[in-house]
Amino acid sequence: MANDPEDKQPPASSPSEPPAAKPPAAAGEPVAKPPAAPVAPAAKPPAAAAPPKPPAPPKEGPVALENDLVKRYREKFGPAILEAWVDRKQAILVVARELLAEVCVYSRDDEKFDWLSDLTAVDWPKREKRFDIVLNMYSFEKNEKLRLKVYAGADERVPSVQGIWATANWMEREVYDMFGVVFEGHPDLKRILLPDEWQGYPLRKDYDILTQDQAWVRENLGIESGQ
Amino acid sequence: MADERIPFATHAESTVLGADEIVLNMGPQHPSTHGVLRVKLRLDGEKVIGSECVIGYLHRGVEKIAEHRSYQQFAPYVDRMDYVAAVSNGLGYCEAVEKLLGTEAPLRARVIRVILTELQRIASHLFWLGTHALDIGALTPLFYCLREREEILKIFEKYCGARLTTHAFRIGGLQYEAYDELEKDVERFCKPFDKRVDEYESLLTENRIWVGRTKGIGVLTAKEAIDYGASGPVIRASGVKWDIRKAMPYAAYDLYKFEIPTGQNGDTYDRYIVRLEEMRQSRLICLQAIENIPTGPIMGKVGKVLKPPPGEVYHAIEAPKGELGYYIVSDGTTQPYRVRIRPPSLINLEAFDKMIRGHLVADVVAIIGTLDIVLGEVDR
Repeated sequence: MANDPEDKQPPASSPSEPPAAKPPAAAGEPVAKPPAAPVAPAAKPPAAAAPPKPPAPPKEGPVALENDLVKRYREKFGPAILEAWVDRKQAILVVARELLAEVCVYSRDDEKFDWLSDLTAVDWPKREKRFDIVLNMYSFEKNEKLRLKVYAGADERVPSVQGIWATANWMEREVYDMFGVVFEGHPDLKRILLPDEWQGYPLRKDYDILTQDQAWVRENLGIESGQ
Repeated sequence: MADERIPFATHAESTVLGADEIVLNMGPQHPSTHGVLRVKLRLDGEKVIGSECVIGYLHRGVEKIAEHRSYQQFAPYVDRMDYVAAVSNGLGYCEAVEKLLGTEAPLRARVIRVILTELQRIASHLFWLGTHALDIGALTPLFYCLREREEILKIFEKYCGARLTTHAFRIGGLQYEAYDELEKDVERFCKPFDKRVDEYESLLTENRIWVGRTKGIGVLTAKEAIDYGASGPVIRASGVKWDIRKAMPYAAYDLYKFEIPTGQNGDTYDRYIVRLEEMRQSRLICLQAIENIPTGPIMGKVGKVLKPPPGEVYHAIEAPKGELGYYIVSDGTTQPYRVRIRPPSLINLEAFDKMIRGHLVADVVAIIGTLDIVLGEVDR
C-alpha cells in the first residue's frame, strides 16, 4: 500500500524511552500553542513555550497535567506514575508496567473508576518499547473518564487485569490476537477473532494490509489467495 | 466467582465428561444466532453448565483498513459494523474525528443528527424486538415491527438515498440538507408510534408464554454488569441508571428532555421492558427536535484534507446496543494512525457465559436475543 508504516512517526507526545525520572512537563511538546489553548486545565510550564504565533488557530494537543487526581496517584504510587497529560480534555496517566494491576485495583476501589470501557493497544515500531497498552476507565460516581497507559516492549509481558474487570478477558485476547502482546496471568490467552493457527499479528505496523497467512488460507479454504 | 471464570475450553479439553454430560455445538449456521455466532455448550442433560462463544467468522479487519484510508474515506466503513444501526456508527465516528480536530458541527447539523440517530435507535430496537420474539416463538411481532421499521428506512432513503448503510453524516456536519418534508415525515411516524408500542406490549408483556420464557432468565446483577463491562439497555436493565446521552451529552442531546428507563432484576424480561421504554423516549426526543430545527449552515469549517494535530481521543456515544467508543490516534497525517472501535455487541456478549449457566438449552436463544448482538460489530 501507499503507506509504509516505517515512515510514520510517533506523535511528539510519545517519549522514545522509558521516562522513569522525566518530569511531567516533558510529556507534551506540541506545536506552537497560544497561551489561551482551550485544552489546558492546568497551566503549562512557560519554560518550554516557543515564541507564540498569535495568528495561529488554537491547536489541540497534549498538555502536561497536574491536578488533584494526579497528585493522589503520585502520592500513592510515586515514581510508578511516569507521566500525566491532557489531550482533547481527556486525562491520560502513564504507569509503570509492573504496577499496572495495583494501579487498576486502586483506580477501581479508591478512585471509583469502576467500569473498564475499553482496553486496546497501539503499535509504535520505531520506539524502544513499541506497544502502548491503553485502558479507558469510567467512573459512574464521578462521571469522569481516565485513561491509563503502559509501555511494553516486543517481548515484555503485561500484567493481566481480567481479575479486576471480567470484561478485560476478551479485550486482552483481542490485543493478543492483533498485536501479539502477552498478558501475564490471563487464564485463557488465545486468539479470539482470527483462527487459532493463524501466523502473524495483523494490527502491528509491519504487517502489511495485503499480508495474509498463505499456508492457512491454502490449507483451510482450498484457494491460493484470499485477496 | 473464581470457579465461574474458569474458561470453558479447559473443561472441554479435559477428556472426562460426566455420565450425563455432552458438548453441543450451536452455529455458526443457526437461524437464531443472528448471524455467524458459534456457541459451544457443555450440557448436563438439558442444563447448560458451561459455554464458550467462538467468534470471528465475520472479521474484516476494519481497524486495519482504517490505517490505510483517509479520515473521510473510512467513514463509510463504520456503517458496515452494526449494519442495523448504521446511522449511530456514523455519528460516533464523525464526532470522534471532530473532537480530534477540535471542531464541532453546527447546531442545525447536530439537531438533524439527533433526529436521525433516534429514529435509528427505534429501528434497531424494532428489529431486535421482532427477531427476539421470533426466536422465542412469537411470530406476529416480527411483522408489526418490520412494518414500522420500514417507515423509518423510508425516511432515511428520502434523506440520503440509502436505507441501511446510510453514511448519513460527514465529518464536520452533514452532506445533505434536510429535505422539505422531513419534519412532517418524522411527525407522521412518531405521533401514532406510541400506540404501536402499546400494540407490541399487548402481544407480549402479559403473555404467559413470553413471561415464562423471559422472567428470571439470564440474570445479570448490577455488580456483575459493571464487572463485565456491559452497557446500554443491558446494564440499565440491571438497575444502573446510566446513559451517555445524559451523563456526557454529545450532539444536541442536552437540549431535550427524556427519561432513562431502568429495570431491577436484570433478566431478559427487564431488558425487554427497558428497550420498549427506550423506543418511547426516542419518539419523544424526535418530537421535541422537529419542533424547532435551528436554521444555519449544516457543515462546519473543516478543510477538504483533514490533518488532525498529533494526539488521541476516545469518544463514546450511546448506540442502540450500548457504548460505542472510538479511540483514534493521530500522527498528524491524513490517515489515522490507529482506530480502535469499542463495539458494544462484543462486550455485552462477553457476559453470555455468565448468564447462561444453569439454564436450559432453549434459553440459549433467548439470551443471545436479549443481548441484541450484531455479528458485523462483534467481529468487525
